[in-house]
Amino acid sequence: MIEVTNLTKRYAGHTAVDDISFTVARGEIVGLLGPNGAGKSTTMRILSCFQPATSGTVRVAGFDVFHDSLEVRRRIGFMPENNPLHPEMRVREYLKFRARLKGLGIRRSRERVATVMEQCGLNDVAKKIIGQLSKGYKQRVGLADALVHEPELIILDEPTIGLDPHQIRSVRALIKGLAEKHTVLISTHILPEVEMTCSRVLIMYEGRILAADTTENLQHAMSRDGQVIAEIAAPSQELQECWATMAEIEQFDVSPMDGSFQRCALTPRAGLDLRPAIYQIARERGWNLRELTRSRHSLEDIYVQVTRPEEEEG
Amino acid sequence: MRVFLTLTRRELAGYFLSLTGYVIIAAATLLTGLCLCSILSQLLLKPMPMPLNELFFGTWYPWLVLIPVAPLITMRSFALEKASGTYETLMTAPVGDGHVVMAKFAAAMMFYCIMWLPLLGCLVTIHYFSVKPPPLDPALLGATYLGIVLVGGLLLSFGCFASSLTQSQAVAAIIALGFNLGLFILGNSVAELRGKFGRFGNLLDCFAISDQMQDFARGIVDTRAIISFVTLTLLFLFLTLRVVDSRRWK
Repeated sequence: MIEVTNLTKRYAGHTAVDDISFTVARGEIVGLLGPNGAGKSTTMRILSCFQPATSGTVRVAGFDVFHDSLEVRRRIGFMPENNPLHPEMRVREYLKFRARLKGLGIRRSRERVATVMEQCGLNDVAKKIIGQLSKGYKQRVGLADALVHEPELIILDEPTIGLDPHQIRSVRALIKGLAEKHTVLISTHILPEVEMTCSRVLIMYEGRILAADTTENLQHAMSRDGQVIAEIAAPSQELQECWATMAEIEQFDVSPMDGSFQRCALTPRAGLDLRPAIYQIARERGWNLRELTRSRHSLEDIYVQVTRPEEEEG
Repeated sequence: MRVFLTLTRRELAGYFLSLTGYVIIAAATLLTGLCLCSILSQLLLKPMPMPLNELFFGTWYPWLVLIPVAPLITMRSFALEKASGTYETLMTAPVGDGHVVMAKFAAAMMFYCIMWLPLLGCLVTIHYFSVKPPPLDPALLGATYLGIVLVGGLLLSFGCFASSLTQSQAVAAIIALGFNLGLFILGNSVAELRGKFGRFGNLLDCFAISDQMQDFARGIVDTRAIISFVTLTLLFLFLTLRVVDSRRWK
């Protein structure tokens, strides 16, 4: 659906997007994740034909965004950052205007406006003036606008910014529901948003893509050398001696917990999963084991690790 | 065409969905009324065998309306959309740049024409209440309104151009106001300047907008004036289109 090849965007004095390439398949929900100023919005503006690229090619549904701009714009629904709307218009009137602007005939626009208003939960506010709506409803109007002409690709730039937790949940649910019919590209710097809604993540930092994979794969890759946490009821001395003799354990830490339980944080040598061995030992020695988990890296850990400045790493 | 009509309707509605449109029409109507009152009181003292619309355009009042009001009409066309961010949603919709420019200009022209309707109402009212009414010549009225449309087209096209250059409505209005004042002053100085430019002096007549407007009000429809107004209007619309298009090569 989207093919980006060596895309670069330079402004006077700085490079906003630096030679990035990626593809998005039909039906995917892809999250473009990165801190403010990473180049997410610039990438989205290029994809939506609002800005040209300095170099590289971008194709949407097989059409070049520069040469076949109108064809591309017919196939995308774009909701820019801050969701600009006409505050003086009424919700239904605005959506009808947008539907007509996007080339829908009178009957078709009436049908589609009714559908997207239902889909986005806007029926209660159909006759309200947009300027008087809550931020959550405004965001839904923006989404309804992006959907009204049934685009193949929906591009949403920070769709949940500034919303309260309830509104965020409803917008996320709405976005997840789009996956059946549309390809969705979401930019955000809110990590749970990507974790909850996207099937794949592109992590951008300083104009470059540093990681691109499914959230599960990224977590798997990161947790290969992940710690195992075991909560065992046994004397501390005995536990420490046991871990010290195990060749698979590189590092361990035993700290007391409530009652006779000890919390053991065990770091394995690369690539090993310690859990079966620990369970076996606990069983053999008659230790009471109440928790055995391999610590999974959250997307936040991955994000921090990937976008960590080089000097910090050194 | 569908897109053009949709955009034009939306742009025109935009004038009436805010207070600005009503204030502009009210101010223009007030000035028109004051001007006609002043002309009528002068006619009571000293009758003149001239049509009222010619007398009207012989005064400063219509220029008091045209020079500041044209920038007020057009300042919002692009600048407001850029400032509010709706320019991005507009330009990422499947809409040609030409459609956008023409729709904004057409809506401004329609609003401008609506703004001049009270003048027609005043002329008809005066005609109706005159003791010995002179004939209200439709051809003369037509020529007057043709002049109003042509002058408006020029000033509004420049206003659209000024609005496309900036995100600030105030800056757009000031640029357009400066142009309108400059054009008006140049137009009134053509007689003195013509000699200094030799054989090209006649070209300056293109800019003598107040003289040309008076000719239209007299019923003189000069094709040279029509061509110069239309050409300048098209030039500024073309420049506006280039500015709008420039986001694709910046």
